[in-house]
Amino acid sequence: MSEKKFDYFIDGKNDKWEVIIGLEVHAQVLSKSKLFSSSPTKFGAEPNTQVSLVDSAFPGMLPVINQFCVEQSVKTGLGLKAKINLNSVFDRKNYFYADLPQGYQISQYKNPIVGEGEVILDMPYGTKKIGIERLHLEQDAGKSIHDMDPENSFVDLNRSGVALMEIVSKPDLRSPEEVNSYIKKLRSIMRYLETCDGNMQEGSLRADVNVSVRKIGDKKFGTRCEIKNVNSIKFMQMAIEYEARRQVELLESGKNVNQETRLFDTKKNITRSMRSKEDAHDYRYFPDPDLLPLKLDESLINKLKKGLPELPDEKKERFIKDHNLSPYEANILVSEKEISEYYEEVIKKCDKKLATNWITVELFAVLNKKNLPISQSPVSAKNLSSLIKMITSGKISGKIAKDVFEKMQAGDKNPEDIVQKEGLTQQSNPKELEKIIDSVLSKNQDKVTQYKSGKEKLFGYFVGEVMKVSKGKANPQLVNEILKKKLH
Amino acid sequence: MSDISKFSLTEIVNGIKKKDFTSEEVTKSFIDNSKKSKKLNTYITECFEDALKSAKNFDKEKNYEGLLSGVPIAVKDLFCTKNIKTTAGSKILHNFIPTYESTVTNNLWSQGAFLLGKLNCDEFAMGSSNETSFFGSVKNPYGDKLVPGGSSGGSASALAAELTPATIGTDTGGSIRQPASFTGTVGLKPTYGRCSRWGIVAFASSLDQAGPMTKNVKDCALLLQAISGYDPKDSTSINTKVDSYSSKLTEQVKGLKIGIPKEYRVDNMPNEIDNLWKKGIDYLKDAGAIIKNISLPHTMYALPAYYIVAPAEASSNLARYDGVKYGHRAKGKNLIEMYENTRSEGFGDEVKRRILIGTYVLSSGYYDAYYLKAQKVRQLIKDDFDKAFKDVDAVLTPSTPNSAFKIGDKTDDPVSMYLNDIFTVPVNLSGLPAISVPAGHDKNNLPLGLQLIGKAFDEQTILNLSLAIEKRANFKRNYKNWWT
Amino acid sequence: MSIDKDTVKHISKLARISLDEKKINNLSKDLSSIMKFIEKLNKLNTDKVTPLTSIINASLKSRPDEIKDEKIRDQILKNSPEKNEEFFVVPKVIE
Repeated sequence: MSEKKFDYFIDGKNDKWEVIIGLEVHAQVLSKSKLFSSSPTKFGAEPNTQVSLVDSAFPGMLPVINQFCVEQSVKTGLGLKAKINLNSVFDRKNYFYADLPQGYQISQYKNPIVGEGEVILDMPYGTKKIGIERLHLEQDAGKSIHDMDPENSFVDLNRSGVALMEIVSKPDLRSPEEVNSYIKKLRSIMRYLETCDGNMQEGSLRADVNVSVRKIGDKKFGTRCEIKNVNSIKFMQMAIEYEARRQVELLESGKNVNQETRLFDTKKNITRSMRSKEDAHDYRYFPDPDLLPLKLDESLINKLKKGLPELPDEKKERFIKDHNLSPYEANILVSEKEISEYYEEVIKKCDKKLATNWITVELFAVLNKKNLPISQSPVSAKNLSSLIKMITSGKISGKIAKDVFEKMQAGDKNPEDIVQKEGLTQQSNPKELEKIIDSVLSKNQDKVTQYKSGKEKLFGYFVGEVMKVSKGKANPQLVNEILKKKLH
Repeated sequence: MSDISKFSLTEIVNGIKKKDFTSEEVTKSFIDNSKKSKKLNTYITECFEDALKSAKNFDKEKNYEGLLSGVPIAVKDLFCTKNIKTTAGSKILHNFIPTYESTVTNNLWSQGAFLLGKLNCDEFAMGSSNETSFFGSVKNPYGDKLVPGGSSGGSASALAAELTPATIGTDTGGSIRQPASFTGTVGLKPTYGRCSRWGIVAFASSLDQAGPMTKNVKDCALLLQAISGYDPKDSTSINTKVDSYSSKLTEQVKGLKIGIPKEYRVDNMPNEIDNLWKKGIDYLKDAGAIIKNISLPHTMYALPAYYIVAPAEASSNLARYDGVKYGHRAKGKNLIEMYENTRSEGFGDEVKRRILIGTYVLSSGYYDAYYLKAQKVRQLIKDDFDKAFKDVDAVLTPSTPNSAFKIGDKTDDPVSMYLNDIFTVPVNLSGLPAISVPAGHDKNNLPLGLQLIGKAFDEQTILNLSLAIEKRANFKRNYKNWWT
Repeated sequence: MSIDKDTVKHISKLARISLDEKKINNLSKDLSSIMKFIEKLNKLNTDKVTPLTSIINASLKSRPDEIKDEKIRDQILKNSPEKNEEFFVVPKVIE
């Protein structure tokens, strides 16, 4: 294989610098109710209507853990090939903020539910393994709204207490491209597992990005900065680019990088220090005395392991091995759960190779043009499958198929109906074809003479004329055969 | 009918059932007493009208199914009561009206009782004298200059003065047993997890436990039975069977082995306390129990460990009082200033001290030296008890190192105040049940209590032993009424 | 360890309690005597002791993923010292 070489470095005045990136991804657990209370988690509800007495920290209220959220995080851990900790502890992270009604966040500090794991990335320069440091469960905070009133902030606690999985990577990422690939892979794994919907616009997936730089060849990591709460991959990439350059400039001019929390300003595309958050931060973690240590049974883990769906890496392997797809094709088809589901639905009744082409070329072109996810594809998997079947059975030609495909898009029409209604069935009856061919040849006596005297290029012209007369329906293979015979 | 209030809880329950008197008569009698007893300052909120309505309603419906049918009960103002102001003795909650009912009080009401009022207590249950309440000191029926103990001081005083037939308090480091001892009443801290903590304003979550405070041991068994039970809303509540403590109550304690821990004989302990302890040993011997000397070697470390764990948990539990969702709010130019002013105005001095100690011991760089160390000590103290309970069925100690002291005597020296809980705190650290039963008076005619500590979830044994002591001590609350 | 005035200021900042100079003085004295009392623990060697994580010997109980509490905004906002129909209202947060 011809592989590109990794080439993301920052060119400083004197040196080339390597960028070291680690990610703390906050993924909202897909669950009906919150981590420690029975209020709902739906996005976009009226302010403060999804808030229980527990979420708003009324005196005497106590947390009770949601079993499903525990299982969701174990499943995610299994999907990350990670160690599941049979004993974990919930701690309180203490700080004051308007959207943190308890005055502390329940999180897991020293003993997380999931330990070390890994995520495999497919980069143009080969596969790369990114280490996962840990995954822990914690509560989300509410939301302060600052722009509705000049003097006051408004507090909405709908998100307060929603379950999050914080997934911490090792500092194994080296470029914005790898970050892009990592987030997409993580998102894909969780969507296969149905543990997080990965919707970045709705905030179900956010990340804090740790960035440091070091000269090529250096073994020691540099001082890192944490860029808080970046909510799109594009912004993450821009933030990393900016932050890495900023650090290189500082270091090359003999200054130090301060370990600090920074904010990505999406208007100016720069990162800036959040000093206000820095000075008073001492989280005073300690085990939450309202909760006992969380003990998991091996049997539960085995049960969840058995129930795991096929994940993208395994699926890809299978597609390559059993379906004879190229790694490139397999990668595209497994990249999103819905794509792989679509593909697997299509191939239930038709040729795999042809299906792959139709999905990755024709269908993706349409989806791109209309800016739609595959789940909202104008052509259903079932109908695409029928279309492809008509091609392989010779009922329609590939060319006609493209026209039919075009027509199917208006309201997911059944291709067989279109073909029948518009009489697009391929003409494969030799007698019928002979009639057309005879009439074409008799109209073009002069060209026949020219052909026979050696101008063989004219063969294509005859085929074209036959197709024209048959309105594209003539079976090209048969036309070829008959024409050859007639012209001898 | 005014002497109904002299009856015990059990007598009142039975009297109502036998129709010796009506619930209304009972309720009126306690309301009359309460109205005449303002000087004791026991009530923060009086619910007399509603109580009378409930009583009349009860007399009409005559549903005698509950353990406490037709009985008015005043409770410590740390239990959240639906639509009734709940203050925890603090300015920061002075106007808080819960929309929910604590599990423990709810248990009372589902046994047929109804609320008479909310009783004074130390602010957020932090104190041993009821002097830290925003609503003022409570006085001990034994003397207008004496504290009733704390933090359930209002409860103890109201009970001893017969303003309520029984009451419930909470006990984090002795807050039921010490005031019971100071007022000549019975108080029991159940095993951690026996009663739900849901709806009780939290002080220190790993230590807090609600419990009964009553005139005698029989009442205590009855009330414990009524409030106990598993609650799925409290993750630390334990799903084990609740005994019918009161019907199983017996003074037959022959053959039970009683441990006497030598570490509870502390320096400067008054002779009277030592003598009381000896009397207690004699009572139990007389009842046929076997006395064994035991050692609980880490006892002296309990109180310092407690003053790390309890403030640490409190500093976090009290972070929710920030002026946003409920309670007092002070002005401030911005959010942080509002927080700082609210909490400065809203909390009293003792609460501030404990929040700051708790914040300090958890702060960066000190966690291992203090909090972690305290949790290790806690393990050692628990191990001491586990070992002891291999040989004995219960442990007998004095409840307090002294009798009720004067109001103002210890307010300038927090540590001297803390020392009051020296005998009660080890029990909370280990989660065990313990009861204080009145057993005598000191030379100033002030009541003194003995403490029995039991195995986890074996409240029955310490109740039985207490009954044996009660029968022999023949204790009478002999204060002179100075307040009506 | 004695708790000097700067430490009192620092921890009161963490605990969000404003204090005047007189209170700081008093607290420095009180907290120091409490800490002195607490430090009796230093006499005890606990190097080999596992810290207690819970006095209850039980596993954490859980609840099923069911929605029970919703649309109780009136109850939630009822006690708030400052609110409007939809939100808790707080003085402007300075980022």
